[in-house]
Amino acid sequence: MTTADLATYNFAYLDEQTKRMIRRAILKAIAIPGYQVPFASREMPMPYGWGTGGVQVTAAILGPKDVLKVIDQGADDTTNAVSIRAFFQKVANVAVTTKTRAATIIQTRHRIPEEKLTSGQTLVYQVPIPEPLRFLEPRETETRKMHALEEYGLMHVKLYEDIARNGHIATTYAYPVKVEGRYVMDPSPTPKFDNPKMHMSEALQLFGAGREKRIYAVPPYTEVVSLDFEDHPFEIQTFDKPCALCGAQDVYLDEVVLDDRGGRMFVCSDTDHCEQRCASGHRGHLAHDKEAAE
Amino acid sequence: MYVAVKGGEAAISNAHRLLADRRRGDRSLPAIRIEQIVAQLGLAVDRVMAEASLYDRALAALAVRQARGDMIEAIFILRAYRTTLPRFGYSRPVETGAMLVERRVSATYKDLPGGQLLGPTFDYTHRLLDPSLLTDQEVEAPLEREEAGEPVMRVSDILAGEGLVEDDGSLPEGHVPGDLTREPLEFPMARDLRLQALSRGDEGFLLALGYSTQRGYARTHPFVGEVRIGEVEVELDMPELGFAVSLGRIQVTECQMIAQFKGSAKNPPQFTRGYGLVFGQSERKAMAMSLVDRALRAEEFGEDIVAPAQDEEFVISHSDNVQATGFVEHLKLPHYVDFQAELDLVRRMRRDYEAAQDKDLPEAAE
Amino acid sequence: MTDAPLLKVRDISKFYGARIGCRNVSFDLWPGEVLAVVGESGSGKTTLLNCLATRLMPTSGSVEYRMRDGTMRDLARMSEAERRFLMRTDWGFVHQNPADGLRMAVSAGANVGERLMAVGERHYGNIRETAGDWLGRVEISADRIDDQPRAFSGGMRQRLQIARNLVTSPRLVFMDEPTGGLDVSVQARLLDLLRGLVQDLGLSAIVVTHDLAVARLLSHRMMVMKDGLVIEQGLTDRVLDDPREAYTQLLVSSILQV
Repeated sequence: MTTADLATYNFAYLDEQTKRMIRRAILKAIAIPGYQVPFASREMPMPYGWGTGGVQVTAAILGPKDVLKVIDQGADDTTNAVSIRAFFQKVANVAVTTKTRAATIIQTRHRIPEEKLTSGQTLVYQVPIPEPLRFLEPRETETRKMHALEEYGLMHVKLYEDIARNGHIATTYAYPVKVEGRYVMDPSPTPKFDNPKMHMSEALQLFGAGREKRIYAVPPYTEVVSLDFEDHPFEIQTFDKPCALCGAQDVYLDEVVLDDRGGRMFVCSDTDHCEQRCASGHRGHLAHDKEAAE
Repeated sequence: MYVAVKGGEAAISNAHRLLADRRRGDRSLPAIRIEQIVAQLGLAVDRVMAEASLYDRALAALAVRQARGDMIEAIFILRAYRTTLPRFGYSRPVETGAMLVERRVSATYKDLPGGQLLGPTFDYTHRLLDPSLLTDQEVEAPLEREEAGEPVMRVSDILAGEGLVEDDGSLPEGHVPGDLTREPLEFPMARDLRLQALSRGDEGFLLALGYSTQRGYARTHPFVGEVRIGEVEVELDMPELGFAVSLGRIQVTECQMIAQFKGSAKNPPQFTRGYGLVFGQSERKAMAMSLVDRALRAEEFGEDIVAPAQDEEFVISHSDNVQATGFVEHLKLPHYVDFQAELDLVRRMRRDYEAAQDKDLPEAAE
Repeated sequence: MTDAPLLKVRDISKFYGARIGCRNVSFDLWPGEVLAVVGESGSGKTTLLNCLATRLMPTSGSVEYRMRDGTMRDLARMSEAERRFLMRTDWGFVHQNPADGLRMAVSAGANVGERLMAVGERHYGNIRETAGDWLGRVEISADRIDDQPRAFSGGMRQRLQIARNLVTSPRLVFMDEPTGGLDVSVQARLLDLLRGLVQDLGLSAIVVTHDLAVARLLSHRMMVMKDGLVIEQGLTDRVLDDPREAYTQLLVSSILQV
């Protein structure tokens, strides 16, 4: 028994009918920034929660001339990023890159690249739970109504509770934003450090949630404001030290445990950014060790 | 000394090579063949077909083998294949009344037209391990009865003759049955979509929910009107031809659960129904599905919604094991960027806490 | 009181299948007026309240409400958005069980502040100050502001629910057995507080109760319901001191015996 005769797949895996359906959802999402458009998410050959939404969006917009970059946690070489990149190489034979600047489409999980994105680029986010109100109100029928009627008081109740309990807003990632003054949106579990990059971005930002069957978008040059209080304004994380490898300041850093005696170092979460800086001669305080090791 | 982790690609490829080795296992044994899985692990194959919503025994068996017997993984593989298949059309509703019945039991009538037929059932086997299966012993050919010649009436049709049970129900004028694999799912759902979701829902999840209704979380006083397993014809309307064309036969299991009666000023009291229909032979699933279907109709019958099994959003949002397994298992993916943010926050809060403690100390000493 | 009613209720009926919830209820409610609806359980008073507060759709009849700009609006013809806005700004609803009207897992301060945030208040300090102020007015000590209502006694929860409703200065408050389920001594204190607040704020209110003492203390006017119908209505003192219907007489005499 063989399946060789039936296992043929279309360019970028999805059939053209499905791609058209997803593109319609994307166009609607772009037309209503921040609004979650339901779409008939397909089963993908990777598990739900592993980027099926992002993969479907990418598959629907990907053309043969595109250059694709895939990152997970900011890095091109994390296993899931490797796997998704390999998937598109296999089913679309598309050019791939790790360079932010060279990519036309960047699919991401949990980070926005440090380098400023430019007009013509598209950033595709993988979204696990698209509904920013979900943990305040579990019912879909109710949250849709709340969006429709702009009833967002509950969102601030949560922020109020943070401040009352901790003295400051204790949401560190998936920090809710208001898009173009209308819809409250979940930026996906990116650290709030990345929120300001969404505001007035030159690139198109698309969000795909496969399991939850939602697509939403932030078109280029759209206002994206992180929710806060007048007397407790939104703030991003800051790091005490620069990247140990490239010396970058004002970037998001990963903490790396070096030994069992509490030794740690901080390095760029965006691996491409780090490499570009190292290549152009920037050095952090542990860069020397790294070279010696290689 | 820090070296940035590289080589994810090589790690993945090595892992998959190891997986292939473990899947093959002891090379001195013959590899299990797809035909053997289809023939001898038929109910596993049926479950994969049912929950993958694709009726193809060979592909389901291939998925079972590829998944090393992990049912949900096999369902997932087959689903991911199914989703890429083009749709040529939608068949006519299958006529289960005309089923070529292999098993048919009713708990509501001692005897009925078409009779009670036990068929290939585990019921009344004593669950004793059978040493004869350790070897390849000769198995007797089954007995075949004479063609009864009598139609196997559906129990719901028998009851409907007296108006004692609600009829099959009708969809609003112009309602085209939905397709949850092609259209976005939205709540509240119509029953057609709900049944589709239940039919591909996880057997274990539906079993637990159905069980919960029996234990008092939304009791519906159910009776198995009948369970029937057998082959039905699948037909497709051909507009060009002006008639329906048979595509072949498939095996299905259907359960009609007769439940608590209901009446109103307009309608005299009559029994209500829960419905289950599943690919292949899967009685447990069809029965559980019919219990849950009935529980989910609470609103339609003006019943209070007090239990999980009655809650459409809860049941339908969590019944799909491919979705569930993906999201539960995605927790093993790296989350270190978010964790870093939380780590930073907890450290900061602990510093604040300690600072506050230190400030309090002198006062306490006084 | 001005010369235009705040609420105009005409022939409200609600049927549950063949069973009557309430039938042909009509009345006007005036600004600053407190109306008590009394009756035994099953008399239809809660059904009526829910129809008025748009929590239930009446089978027939109309309810008109005078908006802040003076126009009379038919509630059934308002969009859901308008109704929900009305409910969280101009109206209040005090449930018998405070857990139905509070967020039990959210601090007292946020419970009171939620309505302010819902109408766009974005200054944490101000919200907290207003919440603290309201907790004081309902006699909840300021140091409980960050506690969750699940740590509160029944009486405190009910007072918190009242504060949560009144913080946006509503003009009309619906109350469903506001003192039900509380100890007698706690009831008395709550009634006293409610009476003071209603007077100070010039609130209009519709209070459903089976307790004639509540009606006596809080309301200007009362309606007696039986089997879904209003069988007697009038000034509270008049109805209680000189009941005309035999059923009302029975109710009054039974309470007087206690």
